[in-house]
Amino acid sequence: MSRLGVFVCHCGENIGATVDVTEVAERCKHMPGVAHAEDYKYLCSNPGQNKIKQAIEEHQLDGVVVAACSPRMHEPTFRRAVTDAGLNAYMCEVANLREHCSWVHEKADSTTEKAIDLVRLQVEKVKRNKPLDTIQVPITRSALVIGGGIAGIQAALDIADSGHKVIMVERSPALGGHMAQLSETFPTLDCSQCILTPRMVDVSRHPNITLLTYSEVEHVEGFIGNFKVAIRKRARMVDEDLCTGCGECLQKCPTKNVADSFNEGLSMRRAIYVPFAQAVPNIPVIDTENCRKFQGKKCDRCAKACPTKAIKFDQKDQIINVEVGAIVVATGYQVMGTERFPEYGYGTYPDVITGLQFERYASASGPTQGVIKRPSDGKEPETVVFLACSGSRDAAKGVKYCSKICCMYTAKHAMLLKHKNHHAKAYVFYMDIRSAGKNYDEFVRRAIEEDGVKYIRGRVSRIYEEDGKLIVKGADTLLGGEPVEIKADMVVLASAALPNHGQGELAQKLHVGTDPYGFVAEAHPKLRPVETTSAGIFLAGACQSPRDIPETVGQASAAAAKVTALLSRSHLAREPLVAEVNRKPAPQFSDCTGCLLCETACPYQAIGHEEIKDRNGNVLKTVAKINPGLCQGCGTCVSLCRTKAIDLHGYSNEQIFAEIMSL
Amino acid sequence: MADEAFEPKITAFVCNWCTYAGADLTGTSRLKYQSNIRIIRLPCTGRVDFMLIQKAFARGSDGVIVSGCHPNDCHYTSGNYHARRRWMVFNDLMEFMGLDMRRVTFSWVSAAEGAKWATLVNEVTDHLRELGPYTEYQRLLNAGVA
Repeated sequence: MSRLGVFVCHCGENIGATVDVTEVAERCKHMPGVAHAEDYKYLCSNPGQNKIKQAIEEHQLDGVVVAACSPRMHEPTFRRAVTDAGLNAYMCEVANLREHCSWVHEKADSTTEKAIDLVRLQVEKVKRNKPLDTIQVPITRSALVIGGGIAGIQAALDIADSGHKVIMVERSPALGGHMAQLSETFPTLDCSQCILTPRMVDVSRHPNITLLTYSEVEHVEGFIGNFKVAIRKRARMVDEDLCTGCGECLQKCPTKNVADSFNEGLSMRRAIYVPFAQAVPNIPVIDTENCRKFQGKKCDRCAKACPTKAIKFDQKDQIINVEVGAIVVATGYQVMGTERFPEYGYGTYPDVITGLQFERYASASGPTQGVIKRPSDGKEPETVVFLACSGSRDAAKGVKYCSKICCMYTAKHAMLLKHKNHHAKAYVFYMDIRSAGKNYDEFVRRAIEEDGVKYIRGRVSRIYEEDGKLIVKGADTLLGGEPVEIKADMVVLASAALPNHGQGELAQKLHVGTDPYGFVAEAHPKLRPVETTSAGIFLAGACQSPRDIPETVGQASAAAAKVTALLSRSHLAREPLVAEVNRKPAPQFSDCTGCLLCETACPYQAIGHEEIKDRNGNVLKTVAKINPGLCQGCGTCVSLCRTKAIDLHGYSNEQIFAEIMSL
Repeated sequence: MADEAFEPKITAFVCNWCTYAGADLTGTSRLKYQSNIRIIRLPCTGRVDFMLIQKAFARGSDGVIVSGCHPNDCHYTSGNYHARRRWMVFNDLMEFMGLDMRRVTFSWVSAAEGAKWATLVNEVTDHLRELGPYTEYQRLLNAGVA
């Protein structure tokens, strides 16, 4: 007969307000096998855990059920607590009275009854638990960083500086991400490229970093400490070892009319190109969709111009297989395009641009060398209207969330305009000014008070063209909704930040969760902000939600610290909740008949077979064998097994049937 | 006709990674649903043996929910596909055996779909209330069919 302890938590008011906790504890005392039951305000607290430990010693308990919050929250906490008192960690189960009961039902007798049922279910289970030992798995001590923006760069440098190998994969031909496109950064107005490009060079020169640009993650398998990743290195058509980056080829290319994505379509580039002058690596790429050679025409001018014969038209995509112990997702964001806004002309007015496009105009490396011009006729605009919250905080037409960075960069844009053209007029339409952050509010005040930017609280209902001007119609809600009409030369939309394109597919490959908007979900919003829902995969930057550079860098360093901590160990203790093929005395040896149906079903190739031999080496029977290091404990093989020869530790048939029978 | 006071007994077999977490989210979002359901946590819907469903009915459940990750989102890559395939085969078999398949609900609820879980549980509970107690199962048991 078991001697079980049941501990019921009030969780302050969270459980106690809807479930009669003392009644639950009282009723548990009478369940068969329960030697002790009590309730407490906060079991997860130190005194709470001590109560459990004391009770284990005092009542010589051999199993524990904690009735508290979700086991996904505190199961590890309570398992540690019981080990302190000398019990095996796996002799502790958690009944979920909070998320699955008190928070989702009204206060009623039936809710308390359900709580008792949930405890009884775990009591019956824990009676059939067996002590289990953790499995030690070796760790591959290197990391993969996906995304070469500031988040990825920071994470890669931090991990590499701590002495671990890093493989960095960037989808575009060069490092830098959106930060490389920015002109100056708030709130200091220091030049983005000046602070970013040295770090890009650091990445390319670091002895511990392997940089793979123009590459994408093709396939991921494995688990924490042991990921196998296939990376598709797309054909640049330029031999990276031979190319010296002299740029001769760029001058000779006859195709000159491809929209330059680095300049957000505001200028044209050639079919062979380097995204921007400071690009790392400084190796051109042939855009095969636009190159004449690849469109079946006769042209090899770039190849002729190349002094080192680095142009290789027959280059093919390469699949590079790597093994890493940890992965950092730093895939960034994209902005909502102007075509998403019907009231602002569906993207048909060329002078309605996004904030990112404005950055390119304001940037010294941009299409106008930092002179702010408008796309339609190249004139310098005199009156510019900035629309904050374009698509953000707009559940009906855009996204529900606040894109966070727009208030600050809009103030910066207006300021930059006034600095570059003192006569220009800048208007900002806003809903609220959200400028929390070190020196942020001072920055916005400076834009208003020193640079004379006109802030109008209200939304814009419509923009249309008239006599070469953009008529911006809105309302000033601080003046009681009085209509405002501004004849503008250019309109800049602080458009919503969205998950980057391809984010969903990547999340699926990595098996990480995403939030309803498609951003990568963190394991816990407060306590585990840089971990994803998959162990060993971390996140950094705007792939989680919109954020600014300081926050991104901080988060990237945090993710790197987590990775470094993981890689500093040679072995990882893994949960022993794995499947096992039973063994029996001769002549049966095992219930397994060797059909090996399980082998084909296992998603981890964890199942092989072994031959049972007699002393003369004659094979008596072939049975399935599960590698506990590879098994992840999904249990697919268990339910597939025809002879019930396989069982899963922690979720055995006996345990589950007992749970069902307890109801 | 269903008895007014009838409260259906529902057993749910859910996977740890999607639906269990989704049901946690229902809680964190403080969405309410009817309290007839009892959740049994499994690692994956791939672990759901149809014996478990039969056992739940034998024990007096009026309905069963099996729910896991959406296709393509399985934490274990393919466990939910195995569950789905097994479901397709057993659905016909169990129907042939005379089981009332209206009482078994197969669903995908992800870790982000707290609201969907609440809706699903309420719909199933209401539906079972209409169907009434599953007394027929005892007759099947006695006949040695189930």
